[in-house]
Amino acid sequence: MAEVEETLKRIQGQKGVQGIIIVNAEGIPIKTTLDNSSTVQYAGLIHQLVMKARTTVRDIDPQNDLTFLRVRSKKNEIMIAPDKDYFLIVIQNPSD
Amino acid sequence: STSATNEEVHSEPCIHMITSLDEEDGTEMGEGDEWMQGKTLIKPLDQLDLTEAELKEEFTRILTANNPHAPQNIVRYSFKERSYKPISSVDQLAVHFVLEGNLLHQDSDEARRQRAKQEKATEGGGEERADSVESKAGKKEQKITNQFNFSERASQTLNNPLRERGCQTEPPPRANFSATANQWEIYDVYLEVLQKQEKNKEKAKAVPKKDDDKGKKKMMLVETQSDDITKVAKVAKIIERMVNQNTFDDIAQDFKYFEDASDEYREQEGTLLPLWKFQYDKAKRLSVTALCWNESYKDLFAVGLGSYDFTKQGRGMLVFYSLKNSTFPEYIYPTTSGILCLDIHKHLPYLVAVGFYDGCVAVYNLKEETLQPIYKSTAKSGKHTDPVWQVKWQKDDMDNNHNFFSVSSDGRVVSWTLVKNELVFTDIIKLSLAGAVSEGPEGVQLPIMACGTSFDFHKQIDYLFLVGTEEGKIHKCSKAYSSQFLETYNAHNMAVDAVKWNHFHTKVFISCSSDWTVKIWDHTIKTPMFTFDLNASVGDVAWSPYSSTVFAAVTTDGKVHTFDLSINKYEAICQQPVVAKKKTKLTHIEFNPVYPIIIVGDDRGYVTSLKLSPNLRKKPKEKKGQELPKGPEVEIAKMEKLLSLLREPENSNA
Repeated sequence: MAEVEETLKRIQGQKGVQGIIIVNAEGIPIKTTLDNSSTVQYAGLIHQLVMKARTTVRDIDPQNDLTFLRVRSKKNEIMIAPDKDYFLIVIQNPSD
Repeated sequence: STSATNEEVHSEPCIHMITSLDEEDGTEMGEGDEWMQGKTLIKPLDQLDLTEAELKEEFTRILTANNPHAPQNIVRYSFKERSYKPISSVDQLAVHFVLEGNLLHQDSDEARRQRAKQEKATEGGGEERADSVESKAGKKEQKITNQFNFSERASQTLNNPLRERGCQTEPPPRANFSATANQWEIYDVYLEVLQKQEKNKEKAKAVPKKDDDKGKKKMMLVETQSDDITKVAKVAKIIERMVNQNTFDDIAQDFKYFEDASDEYREQEGTLLPLWKFQYDKAKRLSVTALCWNESYKDLFAVGLGSYDFTKQGRGMLVFYSLKNSTFPEYIYPTTSGILCLDIHKHLPYLVAVGFYDGCVAVYNLKEETLQPIYKSTAKSGKHTDPVWQVKWQKDDMDNNHNFFSVSSDGRVVSWTLVKNELVFTDIIKLSLAGAVSEGPEGVQLPIMACGTSFDFHKQIDYLFLVGTEEGKIHKCSKAYSSQFLETYNAHNMAVDAVKWNHFHTKVFISCSSDWTVKIWDHTIKTPMFTFDLNASVGDVAWSPYSSTVFAAVTTDGKVHTFDLSINKYEAICQQPVVAKKKTKLTHIEFNPVYPIIIVGDDRGYVTSLKLSPNLRKKPKEKKGQELPKGPEVEIAKMEKLLSLLREPENSNA
């Protein structure tokens, strides 16, 4: 338990990281470092995106599965690592 | 119709009829008259008053055969003449009464049929009568149901009055359910079912115990409580690596793709490009005492931390880093004593052998959750009495037990075997100083032990190994002989810090020492082939895995010296300081087996990774037209060529 907390703290302390959100399988954020409205927005939108990405990968080959997803935009980069029950979203601005 | 007089119009009693009859029939009246003369005539009140002449008037009535009710002027429309025409004759028949009889003429067909039936019946009856006296007792006349006289009887029962009764229950709870059936969802379900089946099979095999049940119950409880954060561990790790990749994006790109273009212009020299720097907070005061790459996971390496300073001995640490995450180690094992050496098993990437400053050896299993080693030698089990300078895994022995060797300053080379739960040790050889004998108690002469500081096993010849000692000698030993050396080389003036066999050429090995020199030997010849003076105490030397003539050495002045004998036999082709502060001493160096990078450890606890520029990785040039020869034979040939050049002048001199 403590290990995971520490890992999350380290991630948060990395250069350029703006926020971390942990979302459960139903799309409800359970832990976040951002404010409420952004969290809810991110969680809802990204949940759909992850589901779509996962379906795409698995439809092509059911033995395959999504390991992570990166969305790079002009201002920042959203990294999503899905798990069976949860997924972790990290927003980083790498050029900072 | 009969003609009658007016007087007969009324329906009168006989009196009037008699009076009229008097006129017509005299004879009969005479008799009747006598009888009925006593009665007097009564006149009805509404009788017509007629005169005598009118009374005597005669009216004639005629009987005709015409039907008075028949129509007399029936007219039919004739289509032929298109007009109505009267019918000439009209039927005058009037039917008063009809009765259908049931008499048949005796000669008609029906009569004949009936007669036939009657005769049959009478005959049959006659026969019966003839036999009836005999068969009366037995036969019973069958009654034939009358098909014509059948009557249906129906009766209506009382209908019970209907009453409706109902009751309402609470509606069952409803929930909306929706799901998709994709190919992969179906696949997932199949996998789950498979796993369950396998689990059931295993459970059926295993004998259930009460303790197991309790244990299982406890496990279940624990699982349900902590379901939130711990499951995210794996994902968090991936994210951390991704974030690191972003942060150190340029380094990652360099590692993968950068090739120093300026090497083309530098004839022979190469450079080292600094990549990641690995450091761990809690290891800041310790120096890197051992480095080892993992053979199976090419990005994972182990760092042993301790201290070389005799006076400052404290705790140590075993830390594993991955190139994918340079900010934090993958595995951390704190130890009570400083680590001096470590080795990762070639085939089992989770087994690590560690040698400590206090003389113990231990084996760690990375798969285990605990921070303790799975095996540790104790004073009883033959631990060394002096620091262990080197450990090396060997091939599994005949019982398929893992074993490793260790060399220590107490002069023993010990083989440790992992037998079930313990470490069993065997002294392989005792390094005794030839000729030096000390006076022990009671006048017994004890051989003084030399202090082993490094060793290396031959790559191909299993039993052959080299041991470097503190006195500066290198002994060539065999595992079979426990007291004698095969060969001794007077290598250095000070302690031999490292001795390494060449990866390709079976005869060549290299040694380095604190006497500032690095020497290359052919083990059949007692004098070194090459000697290099590096102007500072050499901490470590390593052969490169890709070329038989390339090696690198680190010195205490913070420089890495890289040599390629096929290019330059006398000088390093690259001498580069790699640490910022000049006072940092470099302690160890290792080449990555696959990637063109080296890791260098220093005495401040940092590990720096550097990329070798192309000049340092040169392969033999191919002649035009010929295919580039590959494989270790080329390397061996390369080295052999060099050695032969050296030997020739020796031979010629001799």
